[in-house]
Amino acid sequence: MTGPRVFSVLLGLALAGAVVFLTLPIVAIFIDTSPGRLVESLGDPTAREALRLSLETTALALAIIVLAGTPAAYLMATRDFRGRAVVQTLVELPLVLPPAAAGIGLLAALGPRGILGGTLERAGVELVLQTAGVVVALVLVAAPFYLRQAEAAFSAVPTSAIAASRTLGAGEASTLLRVVVPTARPGLIAGAALAWGRALGEFGATLMFAGSFRGVTQTVPLAIYERFSVDFPAALALSAVLVCVSFALLLAVKLLTGRGGAVAAR
Amino acid sequence: MRPARVGQLLAAAATAMLVAAVLAGCGRRDAPGALAVSAAASLRDPLTRYGYAFAGGPVRFSFAGSDQLAQQVRQGAKPDVFASANTSLPGRLYAEGLVERPTVFAGNRLVLAVPARSEVRSLADAARPGVKVAIGSASVPVGSYTREVLARLPQPGAERVMANVRSEEPDVKGIVGKLTQGAVDAGFVYVTDVTATKGTLRALELRRALQPSVSYAAAVVRGTKHLARARKFVAGLVAGEGQRELRAAGFEPPPR
Repeated sequence: MTGPRVFSVLLGLALAGAVVFLTLPIVAIFIDTSPGRLVESLGDPTAREALRLSLETTALALAIIVLAGTPAAYLMATRDFRGRAVVQTLVELPLVLPPAAAGIGLLAALGPRGILGGTLERAGVELVLQTAGVVVALVLVAAPFYLRQAEAAFSAVPTSAIAASRTLGAGEASTLLRVVVPTARPGLIAGAALAWGRALGEFGATLMFAGSFRGVTQTVPLAIYERFSVDFPAALALSAVLVCVSFALLLAVKLLTGRGGAVAAR
Repeated sequence: MRPARVGQLLAAAATAMLVAAVLAGCGRRDAPGALAVSAAASLRDPLTRYGYAFAGGPVRFSFAGSDQLAQQVRQGAKPDVFASANTSLPGRLYAEGLVERPTVFAGNRLVLAVPARSEVRSLADAARPGVKVAIGSASVPVGSYTREVLARLPQPGAERVMANVRSEEPDVKGIVGKLTQGAVDAGFVYVTDVTATKGTLRALELRRALQPSVSYAAAVVRGTKHLARARKFVAGLVAGEGQRELRAAGFEPPPR
């Protein structure tokens, strides 16, 4: 065999290994869960409540992330300001922050004994052990996924298009809305999907900061954990439901953006 | 991607694998020897100290809610020893043929824990509206003991306490964390958990009539490769270094 052939075979083997290893746990969840059991698990009020709470909190978190993150990412992508590299690194920091550390950090920052705890209390804002606290935890862990993708997507918009729009008399805000955002859309959607997926799976920070209470802070991952010791098949079925929801989300994004959104963002 | 980048990536991957291999090698030196012990979260401090002193070689621990650990044994993630904050979980595993006959090795008391300078001074205070309470989830021993206590309370006291519950934690250390962070005003934990906070929390004792019988049981997991040492470890919990550490941490002798 020639050198390049060997190399190609090695690449192929690596990919095959990655695919098998990464899909095995997901396949196992579905092998062990009959479709009937999956539907049955949705009949359980606790599961339905957890699912409703997960969808509500992640949707709200995503809305906050997109509304605040889009202009922030645009600024980072288009303006050269002092300390830009530092800012870029700082907003990506939560990507490598272990969820447990994120939870502790949130308590230390926004908890009743946290550095901003007194301020929040005076303002009448209660986050810890509240649904709002879940949303805060989700925004913290998921926002960097969107910011990163959005910034890359904005950076990839050809400057000529922006210049043309400005030459034709459009202001910067209107250029952003009418030219930049539509051009960067696949990347933005891909980022939003990644952030949503991350938020749906959030466990550690939520448990530490928001606790676990049915209907208030017990999202699907927390409900899965609680069931693990009591009813393994039920935990498995609920996991399958979560996988289905996340998969549907990913699929919808792929279909909406035509092809791999992450590729389009580069 | 430029070839240079690919080369760099491959080099980085190779380095990472090398580091992982070296680390795994280091771990392997004592891994076959280390006794794996899954133990209730409330046993963390005394058992960690017992582990250091244990004459039968190195011990590695996994601390979590007893119910989670029991389920792991059931799913095939088997330690050599399982130590639970109740007798029913190891009892059930014994009935299923997964562990040897469990041995009761310690007792404990359930208390209502509050921050050191709290306005909550009694169980009745915990039933007042607006007081935030954390308890264990129904499946973890501390949560089921708590429900026993509440079941013995005259109504509407129990109902009011339950209405104040803001979080059902997967293990007792989660409740302690919520208390020390000021997230809740009161929580049902073991007296030893309060002692371990060295004054951060205060224990409000429960009336004797309300007190559940808290007993800890340990069992050697069937199929262990370290049978002799596992048995020695359990024996040391009943009488020996383990028992001494438990008593020093405030645990009680096993209830009869």
